[in-house]
Amino acid sequence: MPTAPNPNHLRIAVPRGALFGETLDLLAQLGIDTGEVRVNDRKLLFEDAGIVTMRPSDVPTYVEAGAADLGITGKDVLLEQSERDVYELMDLGFGRCEMVLASVAGEDRAEEALRRLGVVRIATKYPKIATGYFLQTGRQAEIVEVKGSVELAPLTGLAEAIVDLTATGTTLRENGLVIREHIAVATARLIANPVAHKLRAPEIDALLERIRGI
Amino acid sequence: MSTVDRLGGRPAPAQVDRIPSGTRDVLPDEMREIRALTNRMHAVFEQAGYGEVYTPALEYERTFARQALEQAGPAYRMFDEQGSVLVLRPDMTIPIARLVATRYGNAEPPLRFCYTAYAYRGVRPQRGQSREFLQAGVELIGSPGASGTAETLAVLCASLDAAGLRNYRVGLGDSSLYPSLLEAFGVDQARRERILAELAAGDFVGVEEEVAGLGLSATDQVMLLRLARTRGGPEVLDGLSGRLHDALGGMREVHRLLSPEVAARVIFDLGLVRNLGYYTGAVFQVYDPAYGMPIGSGGRYDELLGTFGRPLPAVGFALNVERLHIALTSEERAARR
Repeated sequence: MPTAPNPNHLRIAVPRGALFGETLDLLAQLGIDTGEVRVNDRKLLFEDAGIVTMRPSDVPTYVEAGAADLGITGKDVLLEQSERDVYELMDLGFGRCEMVLASVAGEDRAEEALRRLGVVRIATKYPKIATGYFLQTGRQAEIVEVKGSVELAPLTGLAEAIVDLTATGTTLRENGLVIREHIAVATARLIANPVAHKLRAPEIDALLERIRGI
Repeated sequence: MSTVDRLGGRPAPAQVDRIPSGTRDVLPDEMREIRALTNRMHAVFEQAGYGEVYTPALEYERTFARQALEQAGPAYRMFDEQGSVLVLRPDMTIPIARLVATRYGNAEPPLRFCYTAYAYRGVRPQRGQSREFLQAGVELIGSPGASGTAETLAVLCASLDAAGLRNYRVGLGDSSLYPSLLEAFGVDQARRERILAELAAGDFVGVEEEVAGLGLSATDQVMLLRLARTRGGPEVLDGLSGRLHDALGGMREVHRLLSPEVAARVIFDLGLVRNLGYYTGAVFQVYDPAYGMPIGSGGRYDELLGTFGRPLPAVGFALNVERLHIALTSEERAARR
């Protein structure tokens, strides 16, 4: 397992993508110099600032292994990777999105498939969340995992509906999809490695206090 | 023609027979280090009066059915020639509880046993977890309360010192603390279990939401949330009042009995909850900054032996030898830099 070469500060896993800007703003408010991170989008490890940047879905992986002490990522990522042993310390409030079930506007083909075929095909980047949701609501679903542009699936007949994350609903609307059910609200979360949470307690608690004070 | 071909510039054997995911072969260089490591720890166990035992890797399923083991229950079942269901043991604590009740039914406690043995658990997908893992540990049977716990912590630290691990710490909590507090606040069982599961998983956001919905006074809410996050030196055991002060009596007593060297290793962790069904009081976890997950764990299980017909209080720990070896290697590498 890797260890932080500079033992004086915590190493924080920062997600590139939708949460990137607000995460850096938060870290800047805490007095961390984020200047170099903002201007350099090729570099990944910023030793002086104690920041590593990565895809949001990789944040729990690094934090669980202790390659980063803390991390920031969306609740959607944490729900999808619920088997990860990471501590969820705080709801940071920003990056609010909603996990929804959506299908083509007009008569709901998902509803029709369930009624007439007994099973609905759902395309999603979140197979675990989608599987759990249909299981809990007592309906049979065939989950089709896709890696991107989920909106395409119901338009081409790959699936009758999608489970996806939406912030404003614009992409759904532009593709002629409407929200049928609201599954969960996701915001940015501060997570910690369980061992770091015990061994670096004073530093982590001080950081939490400062975030609460903002 | 040679039987060895080349793949990507590396020699490749003519035939590769796979082994199950989560299992592995151990070759002489590693095995030599692991053997030396377990011998050093074993010498400490023996020195402290813990006699080595071995129990079968296969046991009847019913032996493990007495406790709510949740995720740590047996993962592998098979039938013997009579049709009985056998399992591969998921830990050594329950087999030793069975052994004590069966083979030492009339022996005068306390009884001290140690082991270096493989245990078997299921693995979660996409994780480098072992289905079969080597544990080194001790069980102290019939030594109640703080004195038994303090002795076990002393053996734990001595064995880690002998292993050569330098920066380890031991988190010490009381698994009855949070549940009894919630019960005192009149929280119903379903909610209590939800909160404890979230606490064990480290979901502090979930705990906060649940506690906010309990309808308690603001002071009590703050107290519950603060308690869940309180971890540090012995100072965290002081400065509290009333019911909370009394509830920490057991941990203060353990602290009083520890030698200064052992006490310096301990992190008092008031929010430490283990999700193993049989723990009743003190619980501990071993951490090292060189490894991202706990290296070992243990605690008191005062009710377990009673289910085997020999009611005796007990306490023990198990170290994961593979993780310990990785942590040792990382510490050595860091020291060389």
